[in-house]
Amino acid sequence: MNYLRQQLGSFMPVFRREIGAYYSTPMAYVFLAVFLLALGMFTWEASGFFDTGTADLTPFFVWHPWLYMIFLPALAMRLWADETSAGTDELLLSLPLGMPGLVLGKLLAAWSVAGVGLLLTFPMWITVNFLGEPDNAAIILTYFVSFLMAGSYLSIGAAVSALTRSQVTAFVISVVIAFIFTAAGWPLVLSGVKSIFGAGFADLVAQFSFLSHFEAAQRGVLEFRAVLFFLGFMALWTILNGLWASRHRLG
Amino acid sequence: MLDIQKLVKSFGTKRAVQGLSFTVEKGTVLGFLGPNGAGKSTTMRMISGVLEPDSGDALIAGKSVVSQRREAQAALGYLPEGAPLYDDMTPPEFLAFMAAARSLPKSERKPAIERAIADSRISTVCGQRIGSLSKGYRRRVGLAGAILHDPPVLLLDEPTDGLDPNQKRAVRALIARMAPTKAIVISTHTLTEVPAMCTRAIVIDRGRIVADETPEGLRQLSSDGTLEGAFTKLTDQAEAESA
Repeated sequence: MNYLRQQLGSFMPVFRREIGAYYSTPMAYVFLAVFLLALGMFTWEASGFFDTGTADLTPFFVWHPWLYMIFLPALAMRLWADETSAGTDELLLSLPLGMPGLVLGKLLAAWSVAGVGLLLTFPMWITVNFLGEPDNAAIILTYFVSFLMAGSYLSIGAAVSALTRSQVTAFVISVVIAFIFTAAGWPLVLSGVKSIFGAGFADLVAQFSFLSHFEAAQRGVLEFRAVLFFLGFMALWTILNGLWASRHRLG
Repeated sequence: MLDIQKLVKSFGTKRAVQGLSFTVEKGTVLGFLGPNGAGKSTTMRMISGVLEPDSGDALIAGKSVVSQRREAQAALGYLPEGAPLYDDMTPPEFLAFMAAARSLPKSERKPAIERAIADSRISTVCGQRIGSLSKGYRRRVGLAGAILHDPPVLLLDEPTDGLDPNQKRAVRALIARMAPTKAIVISTHTLTEVPAMCTRAIVIDRGRIVADETPEGLRQLSSDGTLEGAFTKLTDQAEAESA
């Protein structure tokens, strides 16, 4: 218990510091504005929200993985790379803070900004309720799984950010990794992975597709498997994040 | 207070610090000198728990930085090289973050922050973002962060770099005021700072101690009776020996 408190005691100060960094600079506002704009455009223009004739949010949720893939690495890229390039990692590592709390504080700060983005899509939900009688329980469930999926994308971005001092490098690498996991079930990705790593690995990668795990949730079905998948995925990348951030102590 | 035991650190094939040992007692202000690349900052990073030593240990107020890292770090105030700070925060926000990160009891945070602001003389810039401050003020905000929790051991990397003469005098006075109750290590390559601030000086070169004297004793090591002469002689000699 005491050990846990030591390890996680750093959570609150780091979380608050990161939230402050997002909202005291234009970063969070630019992210939220552009994310919502893009989501709206895709929902209305590309999916034809009003043309489907049914009162549900499928044309809205279908874009989530793709927009997360681009936008969330942008939100996460600064988490560690910025510390390294500004030299503040030295200050941070000299404080009596446990690494687990540090890693979680940073990740959850970014995740909460993404959560605010999701909450601000409430006009969509109001619109479908105004137009018809959608299954609101199913919508809440889809939102929930989408939020978990956002955390998974952010955990990739945060971990990669600990590997480099350049935010741009962190962003590009994160988007590539995020793309691989988003479209892991696609023949395009699978054949590429197969030719580099072999068929066995390609089969494994196919099991990790965000699109297929999010599919059931989009239909309003709560798949325990999908929830576990996203939580496990996040845990794995968070551990990698901790390991990669600890490498700073080796010089 | 501070006990450094055979610290060793290599980067690749380069041996940056080669078995450094020394102790600093309460009441001592130690000048930690050496040419660029001598291993000063690497040593400071190892003492502060930022870098893990390859071997050796540093005891801060009796706590090992290797096996009891957080306890050791809690007893240390550290101003890293170049005073890195969060640019998007104001000085009071930064100090509040430091107080929370150091788990100061909530009731003590406000007085500690006010005292650190007064001691480091940054009250005039409290409303500004750190990113907009001049080099001298940044350094003093970093110093305020280091002394915030009133640690028994202070490790200051170039604390007067970038300060004007008045600010330097103020920082020296602050260090002199804290000196009786703390062990203070000041890394610098500004030799004029040494007799003004330090009661003892260690010169290192290529990761090894080449002299451990009072400032006056150091001066007598040279042929011309100046610190600069002693510094040149000690570090050149080491260079000649290793060549």
